[in-house]
Amino acid sequence: MKVIGLVAVNVFKESVRDKVLYSIIAFAVLLIASSLLIGDLTAGQDIKIIKDLGLASISIFGLLIAIFIGIGLVWKEVEKRSIYTLLPKPMRRQDFLLGKYCGLVLTLVINVAVMTAAFYVVLAIMQTVAPPIVRVSWPAPATDPAMLKAIALVMLELMLVTAIALLFSTFSSPFLSALLTAGLWVAGHFNNDLRNFGAVVESPVLAWLARATYYVLPNFAAFDVKLRVVHAQAVPASYVGLTVLYGLTYIVLVLVGAVAIFSRRDFK
Amino acid sequence: MDAIRTEALTKHYKVGFWRPRPYVALDSLTLQVGAGEVFGFLGPNGAGKTTTLKLLMQLIYPTSGHAEILGKPIGDLGVKRRIGYLPEQPYFYDYLTAEELLEYFASLFGYTAGERQARARRLLDEVGIGAERRLQLRKFSKGMLQRVGIAQALINDPEVVFLDEPMSGLDPLGRREIREMILGLRDRGCTVFFSSHVLSDAETLCSRVAILAHGRLVTAGRLSEMLAFQVRGWELLVNGLTEAVLARAKERGDVVRATAVGEGRYALELPLNPAPERTLADLVAQGAALVSLTPIRDTLEDFFVQQVSGASRPRFSETA
Repeated sequence: MKVIGLVAVNVFKESVRDKVLYSIIAFAVLLIASSLLIGDLTAGQDIKIIKDLGLASISIFGLLIAIFIGIGLVWKEVEKRSIYTLLPKPMRRQDFLLGKYCGLVLTLVINVAVMTAAFYVVLAIMQTVAPPIVRVSWPAPATDPAMLKAIALVMLELMLVTAIALLFSTFSSPFLSALLTAGLWVAGHFNNDLRNFGAVVESPVLAWLARATYYVLPNFAAFDVKLRVVHAQAVPASYVGLTVLYGLTYIVLVLVGAVAIFSRRDFK
Repeated sequence: MDAIRTEALTKHYKVGFWRPRPYVALDSLTLQVGAGEVFGFLGPNGAGKTTTLKLLMQLIYPTSGHAEILGKPIGDLGVKRRIGYLPEQPYFYDYLTAEELLEYFASLFGYTAGERQARARRLLDEVGIGAERRLQLRKFSKGMLQRVGIAQALINDPEVVFLDEPMSGLDPLGRREIREMILGLRDRGCTVFFSSHVLSDAETLCSRVAILAHGRLVTAGRLSEMLAFQVRGWELLVNGLTEAVLARAKERGDVVRATAVGEGRYALELPLNPAPERTLADLVAQGAALVSLTPIRDTLEDFFVQQVSGASRPRFSETA
């Protein structure tokens, strides 16, 4: 466990020195600039747009980091041969891989946490400056804590995307890994269509295949409750709990697969 | 107990996409290296030296065979704590400084913060990295990276250290410093296993060597034993030799080559046969005076070329 932590801290250090956390500044600038521009829109709508934009930005910035750093986590070590000095040290291959994973998750957690804080600061300012007549037209207060549920599920989604990117990076090139990870992410967001495919096709084989694919592919749509919290619709704790359980199970399975591949690999 | 032992260690790679064929990178390597030895692992490029080291470090897995380090199977975590490894042309996290890298590696061995710092400083001093230790490694030259590589291989005071081409990229001064460092490791009982194609390094440092060619062990043993009986002639230094006497000796085939080194003083190369005593007696009888008689032995380089040139064989296996 200690070795996993040491490797993770080193990955985080790399992210900091490679200026990955600059994305937070980009996020803050985007959010503040948007809130100023959108301020002129119809009363009552601007807060929803800002919430939408903020949550989507947290998700997209995180997704870019998860995919583009995740796919290079192992590949870069092998390509640059830094793995040759690291693996002979007293560590098991799975410690190295899980350390890499935890390091990127740590980077994402800090990224998401700081973005969330900046997001809430902008919303708090809007709450303060908005006239009472405008505030009563909002479906929920600007700093509605329910948005934290959406952000928590975004974080879980990012953890799953990171695990998938890491899995691909254990055996394929960054380009292919990026393509496969992004492909799975897109497919996972339209996964629910596969579930009901049987209703629109006559072939039972096709219907069965579609349903099997639905169960195998990660259901990324399940993590997306952004629209619901923006429109102040309830997101039950049981739903969040089950989605967290689903996400963690999927992450564990993907990481087991990544460890199995990585442990058998030759570093020529 | 041997420090390193391999038994029929073999590695095949699949080459080709449509009809992959096994390429023999290492073929049945059986080797023992005793504790405290400086062991030279020699061979031309592509002989299988790096493959062997990668197998011992479990960076690649053997197709068949077995290897042990310090009496335990390779890959054992306890063994990993007691060994050090310098890969060929090492590359490190270039966003770290030399000091941070060494401290990071030291932390993997479980040292406390104070120990990590002390070890990093001492080793960087030993390999001659001065104020640059606080620069990011991306600003380091190849030779400086090699020095950092050697320092990181010694971060845990290893009992066995594996060095893949340790002199690569170093200037003459650096090579001398590393040679002295290896001898220092030997003096404190550390086993050093190093691969090289620079034979002079092996001649200076090694108690025993193994020569590898085309993935196979050609020979292994003590350098003194390998070279002792390879006398291929004699060098005779004489005074007072006349040109006429020398010409007659040459005609008879008693002298292969003669180099004038002064007034009446010659360095003569004599063949193995006839025996040098007879030629010497003959020359002395004709007025020459003996200064010295030295056997001309094969150098490691001669021996190496002989062994390697005779070891050519196909690398593609039909059976595996």
